[in-house]
Amino acid sequence: MLTLADLGVLRGVDVVGDSHVVVEITPTYSGCPAMAAMRDDLVRELTGAGFDRVEVRVSLDPAWTTDWITPDGRAALAAAGISPPGPAPSSTGPIPLTLLPTARQVRCPQCDSPATELVSEFGSTACKAQYRCSCCLEPFDHVKEI
Amino acid sequence: MTEHVHTSPEDEHESAYSGLLVNDAHWAFGTDFEDPLAGVDTTIPEGIDAPTLAAYALMLGDDSLVMSHRIAEWTSNAPELEDDIALSNIALDLLGQARLLLARAAKADESIVPALPDGSPAPPEDALAFFREAHEFRNVRLAEVVNGDFAEATVRVLLFSVWRLAVWEQLRTSRDHVLAAVAAKGVKELAYHRDYAARWFVTLAQGTDESRSRLLAALDALWPLWPELFDTHPVEAAAAGSGVGVDPATVRESAEAVLDQVLAAADVPRPEVARRAGVLGRTGRDGMHGEPLSRMLAEMQSVARAHPKGLW
Repeated sequence: MLTLADLGVLRGVDVVGDSHVVVEITPTYSGCPAMAAMRDDLVRELTGAGFDRVEVRVSLDPAWTTDWITPDGRAALAAAGISPPGPAPSSTGPIPLTLLPTARQVRCPQCDSPATELVSEFGSTACKAQYRCSCCLEPFDHVKEI
Repeated sequence: MTEHVHTSPEDEHESAYSGLLVNDAHWAFGTDFEDPLAGVDTTIPEGIDAPTLAAYALMLGDDSLVMSHRIAEWTSNAPELEDDIALSNIALDLLGQARLLLARAAKADESIVPALPDGSPAPPEDALAFFREAHEFRNVRLAEVVNGDFAEATVRVLLFSVWRLAVWEQLRTSRDHVLAAVAAKGVKELAYHRDYAARWFVTLAQGTDESRSRLLAALDALWPLWPELFDTHPVEAAAAGSGVGVDPATVRESAEAVLDQVLAAADVPRPEVARRAGVLGRTGRDGMHGEPLSRMLAEMQSVARAHPKGLW
């Protein structure tokens, strides 16, 4: 199971009194279309757990980084066939232009081969790049470092 | 090898219909996340003129919205599946930025939000997107021109994101918490957009005679709109003066330096084409747009305007 906490999307949970809880989440990308689904899941689960009042707040600052994905989260991504991200680049100061394809040490989540090639920096969702394994030839998603 | 995770049969995600059993009717033409800034500190910093902040956020939001819509028109039309997905993702990032920026503008000064019929569930950022006329949009004209071929999309995304990234690198230190946060997040996204377009720019320039000639034609066609990106509108000057915004003229040098790197790698000379004049000196930031924006908005807005109380 991959949780919102494992993804680093869940930024805080504050129980205010017996039946009131405030939850803070942050979007992975500005246009993340899953925010409403996450909010609905949180409200349903927390209401089911006995909270009468569930407040879901959006936190924009600091911006989400893949460095917040926990070791458990990385293991769950890999188990689901999604290559977990490496360390995120610094996002302070001027951002250098990169004309060559991003070089990453990505192993195939299917067969564990290190022989993989980048197909596109944009994948099935905003947060993933498309890769292909040169060994087993299977395509797979890689969570982009941001 | 790791074993696959098995979900339990009672897992609610197993049923696509479970979510339909509750009454969750919401505004039909947006997402149902009522307030994208819920929980964000939207207090206006001391000494900041709220209408100036709103007008500035509106300009940035309109750039993102109009550019997003044009790029989204590529969805299902790109030359390859990978580029279809890439352009759709770029459009999605820009749409997310637009939503936050328009919501910020509305929160800073409610008087800019068009009045809707009583009972309309449209949130303020959607009222701004769907219920304003072309002359009320403040986007730069580069964002609105009609799409051409893939080379044109490459050049447009390159020029837009080189400029935008240079501005937003500075905007990260805005005194307005929301703009600073939007920019801090946005630069990560824009860096991907810029690099994607820059790589295609070099590839097309160094590809076949056909790809190079198309690229050069696209660059010549869009180049007249490049200088406008660095004009300082009075609203931008005022926003920069109070520390919430960035005067685009101040980032021209760094943006040109990045663009020159791409041109050099592609072995493409800087075009010698004059800038496109405004109308009586007025350009996109003044609400002066070409006919294509009106056509684009007619398509984008017509359904929401026909059903301002639309729920589903």
